[in-house]
Amino acid sequence: MNQYIPKGTAKVSARGLDVFYGDKQALHHIDLDIAAGEVTALIGPSGCGKSTFLRCINRMNDLVEGARVSGTLTLDGNDIHDRRLDVVQLRARVGMVFQKPNPFPKSIYENVAYGPRIHGLARDRAELDEIVMNSLEKAGLLAEVESRLSESGTSLSGGQQQRLCIARAIAVNPEVILMDEPCSALDPIATAKVEELIDELRDNYTIVIVTHSMQQAARVSQRTAFFHLGKLIEVGGTEEIFTNPCEPLTQGYITGRFG
Amino acid sequence: MTDMAEITAAPAAAQAAARTDVIARRLARRHAAERRFRAIGIGAVVVSVAFLGTLLFNILSNGFGALLQTRILLDVAFDPAVMDIGERRDADSLAAADYGGLVKAAMAARFPEVASRGEKRELNALLSNGAGDALRRMVQDDPRIIGTTRPIWLIASSDLDMAVKGIMPRQAGAEGLRFSERQLAWIGKLEAEGALARQFNTRLFTAGDSREPELAGLLGAIVGSAFSLGITLLICFPIGVATAVYLEEFAPKNRWTDLIEVNINNLAAVPSVVFGLLGLAIFLNTFGLPRSAPLVGGLVLALISLPTIIIAGRAALKAVPPSIRQAAMGLGASKLQTVTDHVLPLAMPGMLTGTILGMAHALGETAPLLMIGMVAFIVDIPAGPLDPAAVLPVQVYLWSDSPERGFVEKTSAAIIVLLVFLSLMNLAAIWLRKKFERRW
Repeated sequence: MNQYIPKGTAKVSARGLDVFYGDKQALHHIDLDIAAGEVTALIGPSGCGKSTFLRCINRMNDLVEGARVSGTLTLDGNDIHDRRLDVVQLRARVGMVFQKPNPFPKSIYENVAYGPRIHGLARDRAELDEIVMNSLEKAGLLAEVESRLSESGTSLSGGQQQRLCIARAIAVNPEVILMDEPCSALDPIATAKVEELIDELRDNYTIVIVTHSMQQAARVSQRTAFFHLGKLIEVGGTEEIFTNPCEPLTQGYITGRFG
Repeated sequence: MTDMAEITAAPAAAQAAARTDVIARRLARRHAAERRFRAIGIGAVVVSVAFLGTLLFNILSNGFGALLQTRILLDVAFDPAVMDIGERRDADSLAAADYGGLVKAAMAARFPEVASRGEKRELNALLSNGAGDALRRMVQDDPRIIGTTRPIWLIASSDLDMAVKGIMPRQAGAEGLRFSERQLAWIGKLEAEGALARQFNTRLFTAGDSREPELAGLLGAIVGSAFSLGITLLICFPIGVATAVYLEEFAPKNRWTDLIEVNINNLAAVPSVVFGLLGLAIFLNTFGLPRSAPLVGGLVLALISLPTIIIAGRAALKAVPPSIRQAAMGLGASKLQTVTDHVLPLAMPGMLTGTILGMAHALGETAPLLMIGMVAFIVDIPAGPLDPAAVLPVQVYLWSDSPERGFVEKTSAAIIVLLVFLSLMNLAAIWLRKKFERRW
């Protein structure tokens, strides 16, 4: 079923991962590896568990009342759910971009500077300025906002807000960036810009993206995992999955027979 | 197939026409219902505005009279012999000097024809017992005026004040007349010579309570209210905000927190007099704190406002979108950092509004304060939260209970002052909300 798991090169690795919300089991025994320096797309119909899996990687599920996790999930071989691992440290290494752009109602500068500031990544103001400028540059937003860094982050357009959120995530210099349907609230032009950005970020970061759009998965990802009803049905190279899937379920979903 | 098509096609037009008809008939009914609902709504608004208008008009028309006060112009000779101080000018002597004597002497000089003891008593009854107080203040401010003669407006008695304002009769022979014919003649003479006038009543805002309506002021009650509310705010705001933040952001959701939540909501509905009894039992009887003190009043008012502030605070925290919390958490902010850096600043306007409304509620509380003895008659302006004091609503209650006619307008005036403070607090709440409201 899981035809392609790169041995030893996995950045994030799940083995027998079960997730329960109260009595309801959201994920059934997931075995999935995510390779470093690649974009991995998680696809599947609504409620299939792909977002749940994503939120396990930086333990955002901790915030959900009654969520339980069993099995192992490792980042660089270290257990993410280890009691000794501080979740703050984990989230500094695994950044996240949410479905709806959620900039803080503060200035654009403050939005980006917040992460480095709470983690103490900059020694002085000049260093902080540099981190902010670099992050905005990498997020392809610097040219648009350079002259108005003190304006509110919420005054930007939807697409700009989402790129600001990406800049905010990059500013902490994470190793993995999780994206939960980052373009679902954006128009096609803004979507194209974000996709372009994801492609550029691939060189420096491991990216996991949940998407409803199969075209998007095909455009931005190198590997694709297909979830259905809380189970991982198939994972493989994106091209293979979209052209020659092994499982009839995958075939049905990508050809639009259900989903 | 063709039969079916024909059968359904023919009546289709008729059916459509009938359906349009049905909808049109219902449409008329729907519009009528909507118009009725609007009429009822407007009616309800009109009725409540009318009630409010009547109330305000009644209070304002009664109370504005108290802003003015009748005074009599007399040439007062500051004669050290009459003042009974001789050559002494030290503070104690000046304080203890006979200022009533000065007033009587000035009155006698104004009406030299009055000779008999009984007539003099009637004449002096036109002035307030406290008319000399103003002279004491003048002398204490500047002792050099001793030996000179100054024209001074002295406070008239409450009966004369009421008569001049037309609240009590002043025609000879009228029912309820409180003046003799001689007094009426003197009043007429003073008026004709321009020595009787209504002037702004400064005492209302600069004096403490008094048994004499013309001398009674609100300053004691205003200061008492300020001390009480200060104590309330100091206790309520930190505890209320901390409780709201803990319950909303940190506390696990289990049976205990549910129980606490239910109890807080219930506390908000407990009659305030019960809190007064609690204050009496705990603060006065157990801890032995002083009676009638703003400190205890503030503590009791804090108990009353706390549930309101906690509930408002939790509502303000709930209104902060979860996406903001997720954004901060996703960056690796700790729970406390998320709350202090993002959630609390966004919830602050709502919390402040809730606090001010809770304080406004506390400002208007009377019953619990009666329980802890803040209903005493207190003349002195309190200098600190441990001094005995009245508060504004209690002052309204005390004055409304006084038999003198002059206290009727005073009561309304006190209500106006209370309403002004309440409005100012509500305005502050609106201003804060507008100023700190942020969009996301």
